Amino acid sequence: MTALSGYLRADGRKGIRNRVAVAYLVECAHHVAREIAWPHRDEAHVIGFPGCYPNSYAQTMMERLCTHPNVGAVLLVSLGCESFNRHKLAEVIAASGRPVEVLVIQRAGGTAATIAQGQAWVEHALAQLAGQARVPMEVSELVVGTVCGGSDGTSGLSGNPAAGRAFDKLVAAGAACIFEETGELIGCEDIMAERAATPELAGELRAAVEKAARYYATLGYGSFAAGNADGGLTTIEEKSLGAYAKSGRSRISGLIKPGDIPPKGGLYLMDVVPDGEVRFGFPNISDNAEIVEMMASGAHLTLFVTGRGSVVGSALAPVIKIAANPEMYARLSADMDINAGRIITGEGTLDAVGDEIFDRVLATAAGQPTCSEAMGHAEFILTYKTFEPIGPACLPA
Amino acid sequence: MSDPATDDRLLLLSPADNVLVARAPIAAGERIWLDGRQLTVGAALSMGHKLARRAIAAGDSVVKYGAVIGTATADIAPGAHVHLHNLRSNYTATYALDAPAGGTP
Repeated sequence: MTALSGYLRADGRKGIRNRVAVAYLVECAHHVAREIAWPHRDEAHVIGFPGCYPNSYAQTMMERLCTHPNVGAVLLVSLGCESFNRHKLAEVIAASGRPVEVLVIQRAGGTAATIAQGQAWVEHALAQLAGQARVPMEVSELVVGTVCGGSDGTSGLSGNPAAGRAFDKLVAAGAACIFEETGELIGCEDIMAERAATPELAGELRAAVEKAARYYATLGYGSFAAGNADGGLTTIEEKSLGAYAKSGRSRISGLIKPGDIPPKGGLYLMDVVPDGEVRFGFPNISDNAEIVEMMASGAHLTLFVTGRGSVVGSALAPVIKIAANPEMYARLSADMDINAGRIITGEGTLDAVGDEIFDRVLATAAGQPTCSEAMGHAEFILTYKTFEPIGPACLPA
Repeated sequence: MSDPATDDRLLLLSPADNVLVARAPIAAGERIWLDGRQLTVGAALSMGHKLARRAIAAGDSVVKYGAVIGTATADIAPGAHVHLHNLRSNYTATYALDAPAGGTP
């Protein structure tokens, strides 16, 4: 097994990367942040929140992301007049022991002056981080998320269940694994509830899926298209089960919401559908919004299963791309870390591909760049949401 | 994955399943092996489509991934195509589809 090592943080968590986060606190500061990070874009990643109006979810998400174990230092870029509470964010980062600087464009002298100051700060921070030694790290200290995007009829046959096999091995080794997309678990609530660690948690899992069904019904979201039937899917629960297969077969230890850090190893469902009235539109407007939420809950890396062929990566946390469709793999192989399409063609078994994904997780954690990482993908998106805290039955004792 | 006496173009996702999934196209009229028996495939199967592993009576659950994916609306013979014409959701009906049962060309 690959020996792991990580960057030890003051809260005891360990990072598998040592990135500088350059965070814009409103869209108006986005260009300046991008220009600051550009000369060192492999190590300095741009994250941020575009909205000018306050949102406690976004504040929490940015606090969690800026203190993510893969982040070693943070530069905050403020326009100056936005509502985002930069003082509180800077305090949280400083309290985590990380170097942090706040640049306010309106005070620093505008675009060019802020870029110059920011680039100098990033260079200094990177030089500091370069001297940080890695310490031994166990598989049980890893947090791994999974998403599927650009799905087709093959996703539920190959990539998703193979990712589930890898999740089973990770959970058995003591890691914390997160699956999500409660809107695509409609029909899975009974079998999912049977896997809950406690009867109370079973009730919470069911309630999360029921909330998602109500939410999507209000949006008028059609989760079953004619193309699904052409690909051989007959019912919504069949489609859901394909996505659900990513969760593997382990007992479900808990239910978390974005930003909640799993308290110990095990398998966790992330409830991504906002609480309360339908307010800000679709829960997650694109795949990276899901990845960002799992990072906010501490995910060191994400397994991304795709049938049609998504090419995205992510800022801060590597993405391992798993191709479900053999025909797509042939076209986009340079973007794909794992060819699960060989399960479809009969050249590999779920167990063999699951083992390969597990091994790739360890190699990625040990420092090997993923395909998307090596090509500079560092996508990021964060939008408005509202959540209530999770209930007492949601986390393991 | 599948039983050795089952055509290797058919994938069994869970031992509890009463359907198999085609991982390559199978033509109508082909003689195939299924759990040690030879059957004639009634309708052409595209990749990702389902075929009955054993007889499924109307009203029975159809099981894939080891889980119920809906209820049979007609008696289904072993080897028959399982799709919109003989399987319905236990949740949301898929009546909005105007595509024919076998999929659009």
